[in-house]
Amino acid sequence: MPNKGQSSSEGYGLLAPTLVVMGVALAAPLLLMVLTSLQAQSGPGFAAGWTLDQYGAVLGRASYRLLFLRSVAISAAVTLVTVALAYPMAYFVAFHAKHKFIWLVALTIPFWTSYLLRVFAWKIILGYGGVINSALMRLHLIDQPLGVLLYNPFAVVVTLAHAWAAFAILPIYVSLEKIDRSLLEAASDLGDGPLRRFLRITLPLSMPGVIGAAILIFVPTTGDYVTPALVGGTQGTMIANLIEVQFNSVGNWPLGAALSLVSMAIVAVIAGLFLASARAAAKAAR
Amino acid sequence: MSFLSIANVSKSFSGPPVVNDVRLEVARGEFFALLGPSGCGKTTLLRMIAGFETPDSGTIAIDGEAMNAVPPNLRPTNMVFQSYAIFPHLNVFDNIAYGLRKLKLPKDQLRARVEAILATVRLDGLGGRAADQLSGGQRQRVALARALVRESKILLLDEPLGALDKRLREAMQVELRAIQRKVGITFLLVTHDQEEALSLSDRVAVMHQGRILQVADPRTLYERPSCREVAGFIGEMNFFHATLREIAGETATVNAGILGILTLPAVNLAPGMKIDDHILLAIRPEHVRFAASGVAGDVAASTFLGERSHFHVKVAGRSEPVFVSGSAPPAGAVHLEFTPEKLIGLPSDS
Repeated sequence: MPNKGQSSSEGYGLLAPTLVVMGVALAAPLLLMVLTSLQAQSGPGFAAGWTLDQYGAVLGRASYRLLFLRSVAISAAVTLVTVALAYPMAYFVAFHAKHKFIWLVALTIPFWTSYLLRVFAWKIILGYGGVINSALMRLHLIDQPLGVLLYNPFAVVVTLAHAWAAFAILPIYVSLEKIDRSLLEAASDLGDGPLRRFLRITLPLSMPGVIGAAILIFVPTTGDYVTPALVGGTQGTMIANLIEVQFNSVGNWPLGAALSLVSMAIVAVIAGLFLASARAAAKAAR
Repeated sequence: MSFLSIANVSKSFSGPPVVNDVRLEVARGEFFALLGPSGCGKTTLLRMIAGFETPDSGTIAIDGEAMNAVPPNLRPTNMVFQSYAIFPHLNVFDNIAYGLRKLKLPKDQLRARVEAILATVRLDGLGGRAADQLSGGQRQRVALARALVRESKILLLDEPLGALDKRLREAMQVELRAIQRKVGITFLLVTHDQEEALSLSDRVAVMHQGRILQVADPRTLYERPSCREVAGFIGEMNFFHATLREIAGETATVNAGILGILTLPAVNLAPGMKIDDHILLAIRPEHVRFAASGVAGDVAASTFLGERSHFHVKVAGRSEPVFVSGSAPPAGAVHLEFTPEKLIGLPSDS
């Protein structure tokens, strides 16, 4: 009979390739970032000695704070919109679709083209002479093309919500699919109409999927760089754009590193608070 | 007017009817069982009464009210599901209170009702227990309490004891019967376990391939089955092909081939039998005895069951053994004797 030590060493053996990749590709660069953020730029190299100046600059400057705030706000809006739109779709596939597999494949079709192409597609749809504007002009609903569609936070939210839709649909679908159908029948049997049944059984039991979807979207979109750069304009610029500028144009690596780490910390704290409050809400609902 | 009235109800999904022209009348306060092998349509019938399936034709009425167009949440029925369907995100108290919330009772009244039903199913003090911390037997009781607490007109039980081990099942059978007597609600039980149906119910309907073969009290069902399927499904039964020779007064005479000429009470024949009809002679193993003379045979196999034993006796000219239940015979060749008044004549299915 294998003892515990043996099976745990076997476990680590199986994990080894992943651990190596994680160590080399994640932990080491992260450590490097931390070290870089504690330096000061001096010409093409770093000045001697360690300093917390970069963090002072990150937290002290109002324009940086605005960018952090805006990134979180846009990302929160994207999360809200995506989850709200994904839920009915996931619900449809889980409860009403006949050919689930085909639907699930169809939902991933947008991902068969590159992310960049999809962002450009939205640029064409939302642009000044784009699909929406020319259609509205043709219908004589407007005289002048609408300028409010592109190069603002709205465009960023629309584009990101579309880009991340499948990441919200799939976890919600899985949690809905997992719900034992006899629980729904039991709720009906005990007097619930469709709406009450949804609110008392389906929604609470699908919350793990909803929370998973929210985290899955909020975390990466806060740091999204391509979408705000292409469709965000000056009003839609997010923190990742500033970080890119520090590394590529300005050449202030320590400041870029500090901005990245602070942004990571903010996301971690918000995600943590979100999870904790979701858990507390689930407990209170019992 | 009976309490639950099922009139000419049929239902098919795709293919042959699962429930085929079923007629059934259940009285108020009755403990009624639908008994049949899996796939016989009993669960579908139960689900139509609960409202989860719609009959293709026919009507279901409860207490004089037609139910066909009434959705499940508005029907005066509650169900104990085979899987129990305990809400995993709610504790025992909230599971049981689930169907009462709509009534908007004052808090202390709600608590009193839930606690009373918890006491009835002997789960006192377990209200705060989380759903995933319950044993199989406790889950069964919670499911029962949750359905009972609504005090609806009919309680539907879908194989409620199927998931429990044998000892727990037997204990729950006794309790289920006691609970039904106490609350006085009509219980409609679906089961494939004949012992369960016979020991619990006032009356039993035996279903086979979507049809109801016989509705009777357990004793009649055992002693006077109406056809081969019922006789074979409930307990063990020996069948012999025979020809009806004569009906003289209260005695009928049959030619049972290898068993010779036998007489039995005429009332034991299925109605409508005529002289020279091919019939199926049936007798329970406990009514076949080893004797000094009679049909000769050899014991091919025996099973010791404690109080009595079961024997398979090979008889010349017959491929199936004769089942005998009783005490051990003398060694060597045996002779079988049949208790004439326990012989019954069923319609031949060929």
